[in-house]
Amino acid sequence: MKLSLVFALSLLATPAFADWQQTLDAARGQTVYWNAWGGDARTNAFIAWVGEQTEARYGVRVEQAKLSDTAEAVTRVISEKAAGQDAGGSVDMIWINGPNFLAMKEQGLLHGPFVADLPNAQYLDLTPTSPASVDFTVPVDGMESPWRLARFVFTYDSARVAEPPRNMAGFVDWAASNPGRFTHPDPSNFMGATFLKQALIELAPDTTALQQPVTDAAFDTATAPFWDWYDALRPNLWRGGETYPANQSVQQQLLNDGEVDISMSLDPASTAAAITDGLLPDSARVFVPEGGSIGNISFVAIPYNAANVEGAEVVANFLLDPATQAHMQNIDVLGSFSVLDPARLDEAANAAFAALPTSPALPTLDQLGPTLLEPHASWMSHLTEQWARRYIK
Amino acid sequence: MSLDLDALCIRSANGTALFQPLTLHVPAGSVVTVMGPSGVGKSTLFDAIGGHLAHGFRLSGTVGLNGRDVTALPAEARRIGLMFQDALLFPHLSVGDNLAFGLPPGLRGRAQRRAAVEAALSQAGLAGLYERDPATLSGGQRARAALMRTLLAEPAALLLDEPFSKLDPELRGDMRRFAFEHVKSRAVPTLMVTHDPDDATAADGPVIALKGAVAP
Amino acid sequence: MTEDGRLLRAIVLAVVGLGLIAPIVVGLWHTGHAAFGILPALGQNAASLEAWRDLTALPGFGTSLRLTLITGIGSTLLSLLLAAGFCAAVHARMKPSAGAQLLTPFLAIPHAAMAVGLAFVLAPSGWIARMLAPLAGWDRPPDIATVNDGWGLALMIGLMIKEVPFLLLVILSALSQIPLARHVAAGRALGYGRGIVWIKIIMPQVWPLIRLPVWVVLAYALSVVDMAIILGPSNPPTLAVAVTRWFSDPDPTMILPASAGAILQALIVGLSVALLMAAETVGKTLGRWWIRRGGRGLSAEPGLWAASAAVMALMATGVLAMLSLVVWSLAWRWSFPQILPESWSLKPWTGAQGGWMRALINTLLLAGATVGLSLALAIAWLEGEDLARRNRAPWAEALIYLPLLIPQIGFLYGLNVGFLHIGLSGGIWAVVWAQALFVFPYVMIALSDPWRALDPRMIRAAAALGAGPGRRLWAVKLPVLLRPILTAAAIGVAVSVAQYLPTLFMGAGRVATLTTEAVTLSSGSDRRVTGVYATLQAGLPFAAYLAAVIIPAIVHRNRRNLSGAMT
Repeated sequence: MKLSLVFALSLLATPAFADWQQTLDAARGQTVYWNAWGGDARTNAFIAWVGEQTEARYGVRVEQAKLSDTAEAVTRVISEKAAGQDAGGSVDMIWINGPNFLAMKEQGLLHGPFVADLPNAQYLDLTPTSPASVDFTVPVDGMESPWRLARFVFTYDSARVAEPPRNMAGFVDWAASNPGRFTHPDPSNFMGATFLKQALIELAPDTTALQQPVTDAAFDTATAPFWDWYDALRPNLWRGGETYPANQSVQQQLLNDGEVDISMSLDPASTAAAITDGLLPDSARVFVPEGGSIGNISFVAIPYNAANVEGAEVVANFLLDPATQAHMQNIDVLGSFSVLDPARLDEAANAAFAALPTSPALPTLDQLGPTLLEPHASWMSHLTEQWARRYIK
Repeated sequence: MSLDLDALCIRSANGTALFQPLTLHVPAGSVVTVMGPSGVGKSTLFDAIGGHLAHGFRLSGTVGLNGRDVTALPAEARRIGLMFQDALLFPHLSVGDNLAFGLPPGLRGRAQRRAAVEAALSQAGLAGLYERDPATLSGGQRARAALMRTLLAEPAALLLDEPFSKLDPELRGDMRRFAFEHVKSRAVPTLMVTHDPDDATAADGPVIALKGAVAP
Repeated sequence: MTEDGRLLRAIVLAVVGLGLIAPIVVGLWHTGHAAFGILPALGQNAASLEAWRDLTALPGFGTSLRLTLITGIGSTLLSLLLAAGFCAAVHARMKPSAGAQLLTPFLAIPHAAMAVGLAFVLAPSGWIARMLAPLAGWDRPPDIATVNDGWGLALMIGLMIKEVPFLLLVILSALSQIPLARHVAAGRALGYGRGIVWIKIIMPQVWPLIRLPVWVVLAYALSVVDMAIILGPSNPPTLAVAVTRWFSDPDPTMILPASAGAILQALIVGLSVALLMAAETVGKTLGRWWIRRGGRGLSAEPGLWAASAAVMALMATGVLAMLSLVVWSLAWRWSFPQILPESWSLKPWTGAQGGWMRALINTLLLAGATVGLSLALAIAWLEGEDLARRNRAPWAEALIYLPLLIPQIGFLYGLNVGFLHIGLSGGIWAVVWAQALFVFPYVMIALSDPWRALDPRMIRAAAALGAGPGRRLWAVKLPVLLRPILTAAAIGVAVSVAQYLPTLFMGAGRVATLTTEAVTLSSGSDRRVTGVYATLQAGLPFAAYLAAVIIPAIVHRNRRNLSGAMT
């Protein structure tokens, strides 16, 4: 008893924890402007809940700056840098990953490394090759902190589609027998690009090349079967592939309107959630291509000139709290899978995850199958650029 | 009291004089009529006397009131009353408040101001119409109210710009009598512009013809 | 007094110069720098034409350019034709005040809200298709591009639904300034048909009075962003949308070609206006030749009726669009091919309450501040003209119209950089300032005519009664002009509420308004919540217009000439 108290006190006295107390003190009273895509009402509500919690516990308010596109926040930081505003910037925290993270990291626009300083980072698997340590194959290096897991899944209306395609190759035949009933978001949008990448991973002769920065030669080899596949698919897409929905939300609306039969998402729980919200018919279900699907992690990053760095760190830490992650994974809240490593959680925390409610439209981890690694970020920009050159006239 | 114009001349922006320089003495209680062809600048002359000249016109000569030069004074400081062919009562004020608008601020006390207005209203045959909307008055009533409003301001001189031309012929005679009686009883020097020879006859004063400009 | 007038005019000129014109110049300056390769934040310090080469090499650039020209010029010319034809056909049977009241809802509703509603009405799964479904036997929506079509037709329809009522109002107000009935009678007595009289006699008189508003419509149609995002083609989109996207590309170096695109956008507007001026000169010459021939034969009657029918169809579609917003905001499940929702709910209103309350308060604050400032400046400007007894110089008129003729995307990026330099970005005041750039011109234009229409002799009568400039302004002009002042304020509210890009750029995304939320949500999947925001967004300006009618009616209830009962 006495010993453990001494041990606890000695822990508190260690520099890391002393620093964290300083961070908490500095953060009290700050308002964190969290720049996050605002197109999803449930995410917005979750962010509002986070703000209530952090204000009650740490005196840190959270205001969501709702973006139509994450890149808006990146542009804002660049404009601030252009104007020489190197402190007191307007963006405190960004929901970010992939190319936006790569751009900000390369331009030196991020604060950090800070992840290791967060007390709740102890629940993360931060070994160098773990999903939380690489973002689109780019090393995170502690410059962004994970908060929710994304898995690529398809949504279909089981009342209209008896049997969805089993894999990406199967989409060509399916679309040929159901012309105009399938499409994907515009590849300039994250979701549309992910659809193309999912196909590229399945169709590429050698997937290891995708983990390296792209070269022209590697690109031509890896994408040759992909373009054949897409040329065969495109004529039977919705509106003949002449136009595409702006993002997955618009496509989900098309599915709800009956204009298409299949939609897609990076959130396996979104279908069940949409049914509860009356945004999809009760017959909507989720499917994943046989070989598994792309998964990645959504992070939060702090710009180098953020006005409320400490507050942002406190919020990032709160997002990693096992109780927060369990609340987030609740299908009635957000339904996003936890980013924590179950092996590092205690029994009570694991039990809390196990006790979460389920739904027929919510796939189990088994049904989701294996997680495919994101290609290196340069592949995505190259792929969407080439797609635009081929198909935008 | 008197209104004196001394070699008054108005030039437009390009330098042409509108009419030949005008020198004129209007003694108290007398009504001088100015007549002249359309477009000769009778209204502009009144603008100059009253202090309302539009930008671009250049004025030479002087306007004198009781021997004092008022040419440089702004309109509101000249105390020169104005009457137009339209009554131009302020549409947002009641009939009584229109009259009160002109009442000098020197007259203090709500009751006293109200009494002054009521008295003027009954003089004009408008007793009991204090709260009325000016838009609901007849043409003759409006003209009388406008004249009383002007007179309540205790003008040192009065300019009448075709004051009766819009009235019905049968009303015109009454209104002329009413106007000139009040003007003369208050001994205000008055200048009138008109096309109607009957106006000049009724005014019973000198008639001046405004001559067009000579080439500069 | 003249001294007073000079001081006032100097202050107004300084405020307009520093507050309204300087930001545009600074914005264009910074955007222009980036367009020629100078962006120190990215280590680009040397001037080059690289950005322009990159711009022209971007996929779909040519198509974007063509789409912009077709939708912008096409919708403007068609709107003008339809509005003029409609006026000619029905003007004699329509009281101007009734016309204005009929048009008010169309003017009040912001472009974004109209677009959200139209997107649903026109979509293959939308309201019109649902009404046709039982007849056509559709069990699933037809695969036809009726919105976001590659030709930009849906965008043109959307623009026309907003532009035709605006031009109608402008033409009606111009018609009240000419002796219309007598000219039409004179023309018909000389043996010309009604349509020909309009073309040969009336429109030549109307055109100089509506020229500037037509330029504003043209500039707007060429550079519209929010409506084009929702209704326009997406692959590729119009130039203005493409430029907005490039500005927010993950690759920051895209700012360079984006800036070049923004400058190009400004050039396109300039060239289109020049083209219109040239067409006017040619039209004048040809028109004179045609009029001198004295032909009476050509009947324009069928054209007039076609134009009227088209205008009525556009209005009906607009009404459906506005109605659909309200219905969606009260719906729960509403799937194809149901004409009305299967289940209703107030949840979209109650659930989103926290959000829309804050957006509503922000929108009200912004509208109040921008309209208050703009109105004060406009009144100071007009009073300055009165005190100096001067008419407005042409350069001053041009100054007022400048912010409306330069595309927002052309200078907003640069203006944001400028605001950041003085530490003003990201706050509500930065947004107020940026919005006022666009609110002030409309308030000024709306107030100028009624202000000048005030009988100057009434003001002289007040001066002759001893009222100084202050009393003339506060006790005579402002009360008499209450109705037009409130109308100008309502127009200002409508403009402020509708601002999308300035709020987005200057607010650093922190200032959430009904419009930014509605546009953001329209990229989401919940049409019901979008319906809530769009309904509020349309309702607010409408409430302002209503107030502009009701308040004078109450204040001047016993004043027949001012209460609006007469007009």
